Amino acid sequence: MLKSLKTAAVLGAFAAAGLAQVASASATLESVKEKGYLSCGVSTGLPGFSNPDDKGQWSGLDVDVCRAVAAATLKDASKVKFVPLTAKERFTALQSGEIDVLSRNTTWTLTRDASLGLNFTGVSYYDGQGFMVKKDLGVKSAKELDGASICIQSGTTSELNLADYFRANNMEYQPVVFDTSDGTAKGFDAGRCDVLTSDQSQLYALRVRLSKPDSAVVLPEVISKEPLGPVVRQGDDQWFNIVKWSLAAMINGEELGLNSDNIKAQKASSDPNIRRLLGIDGPKGKGLALDDDWSLRIIEQVGNYEEIFNRNVGAESPLQIDRGLNALWNDGGILYAPPFR
Amino acid sequence: MMNHELKMIPAREPPVMAVGVLAWIRNNLFASTLSIVATLLIVYGLFLSIPPLVQWALVDATWFGADSNACNREGACWAFVTARLDQFIYGFYPAEHQWRPNLFFAQLAVLVLWLSLKWTPGKQWVLGYSLLLMPFVSWFLLYGDLPGLEKVETHQWGGLMLTLLLALCGMIASLPFGVLLALGRRSNMPVIRSLCTAYIELWRGVPLITVLFMASVMLPLFVPEEVVFDKLLRALIGIILFQSAYMAEVVRGGLQAIPKGQFEAFNSLGLSYWQGMIMIILPQAMRLVIPGVVNTFIALFKDTSLVLVIGLFDLLAIIQAGLNDPAWLGNSVEGYLFAGFVFWIFCYGMSKYSQRLEQQLHQGR
Repeated sequence: MLKSLKTAAVLGAFAAAGLAQVASASATLESVKEKGYLSCGVSTGLPGFSNPDDKGQWSGLDVDVCRAVAAATLKDASKVKFVPLTAKERFTALQSGEIDVLSRNTTWTLTRDASLGLNFTGVSYYDGQGFMVKKDLGVKSAKELDGASICIQSGTTSELNLADYFRANNMEYQPVVFDTSDGTAKGFDAGRCDVLTSDQSQLYALRVRLSKPDSAVVLPEVISKEPLGPVVRQGDDQWFNIVKWSLAAMINGEELGLNSDNIKAQKASSDPNIRRLLGIDGPKGKGLALDDDWSLRIIEQVGNYEEIFNRNVGAESPLQIDRGLNALWNDGGILYAPPFR
Repeated sequence: MMNHELKMIPAREPPVMAVGVLAWIRNNLFASTLSIVATLLIVYGLFLSIPPLVQWALVDATWFGADSNACNREGACWAFVTARLDQFIYGFYPAEHQWRPNLFFAQLAVLVLWLSLKWTPGKQWVLGYSLLLMPFVSWFLLYGDLPGLEKVETHQWGGLMLTLLLALCGMIASLPFGVLLALGRRSNMPVIRSLCTAYIELWRGVPLITVLFMASVMLPLFVPEEVVFDKLLRALIGIILFQSAYMAEVVRGGLQAIPKGQFEAFNSLGLSYWQGMIMIILPQAMRLVIPGVVNTFIALFKDTSLVLVIGLFDLLAIIQAGLNDPAWLGNSVEGYLFAGFVFWIFCYGMSKYSQRLEQQLHQGR
């Protein structure tokens, strides 16, 4: 017994040493430049966010965020090594230094930000739980769902959110529970329920699988907050800033009307906002320890936020997700990035 | 006078119902009321299920296409499998280097054929090569980083190639380790015996999924940040350590079946422990445990798909990843059927090979 206690103590000491190492992260920018590629943690397959295509190339919104960081730091958006991670592995991979950025549909919460030795660099996608209903029901708002039968995946936070929402609004509902998200879609398709609930980004993916995708609509209400964004290790503020501002460059790019097609021509623009974003005037790249063209390269090689949204999850993709909350702040959404100044 | 000749009456044909197809049907399918009812029910069940299945899987199926929209929604969308077949076989291995996995497959096929055909010479050399050199040759072939061979990092490996690689390395490495552990557990030396017993009991008591998680999630926290252990290598070591424990118990079963007289015989001949074991005991024991060993191998082959929980893209995981491509949403049935079919082919092949091996080795018994 004593022996096994000793072993446990030794193992514990090892673990503590490992975690201490995490806290004193070395300069990530230097190591990325030295390696010549950015190591980016993505999911093992999530429609529209990170998935391998027919050719084995990774594509998706989360993937493009990593490409942007590579364009800023390594001058080449293709110099990314994608490390597919499961939900359980993702934080360890970041803590242990196996990856430099985690861009894997990760919800920003207090616990994760404060206790895991991680920093969330911003929000790349505002997700939240929503409802999909059959079009012929004529429902326009979630408030009209009193008495509905609702297909839902068991054991998810969606189940709890749903109960909260209906109790708060004094409404009744009939849960129809399935084990997998695929199962909920099949049940909805077969008419076992009037409504299907899940995270909105998932709803659109499930809608594509229906036998008649046009027969269902996703309601505008969102009943939970799921801000998703790229994550870095704590303790390296320079790297934290680089990832944060790479995302901001794409969002500001959309706000200023810069995209991968017109950016060459816009270099000659006299608009001071554009000139600052492109690193011609203003703060340039010095504070981030990058060259002055870093933000220009992001928009040139990867695109602005609108482009990556439409390409991966929006109008140009099979998912057809509305901009909704992810529209710019001056366009009805809440997407907002601090100014380049 | 009539000339009477004695003539044999030619044997009559047996009654129609006593031989041939009809008899077989009568004896096996319609022998009693119960069996008549069962037969009719089964035939009715087949009648209900087979035609729609054929209709779905073959008649209405779409074989080629660029995305889900090209598929007929009534039938199977095999286009999902054909469009991504390269990825299912090679993972993300760069297209211009795919001759290397091909060479690896070819080497495997030649070795297996060589070992299973009766007339091929030099079997012991081929076996020696397969067990000792082949894993390393394959590793260098696939990983590269040699003059003339570009490096292809393991995170680009995947699909069937990765499944085969994991299974093969697990099988080839676990057998010798297993034999050593089995001998150790039966040893007279208390330290070795207790160490081997502890090892076997420890690893057998832990689920493989835990071992893989340990290897992929915990291990990196214990090593300094600069040292990045290859994830595939970590998983492989985990699988080998785990599998050796199982193999050890299978081999020990064979060792226990050898009569004590055999041990006394080689001792009295003046053979050393290792000479006796290698020349007398193990050849007899191994022959006895072929079914058990193959059983473990088949289980291992299927267990390799557990690596998907640590983000390695084996055959099953890469099919699942493909199912999440927005262009191919909604093809899970086709994907999983394909995975099941491939796994079945390999497992059935292994089982057939082991039956042959048993027959060959048991000749003259």
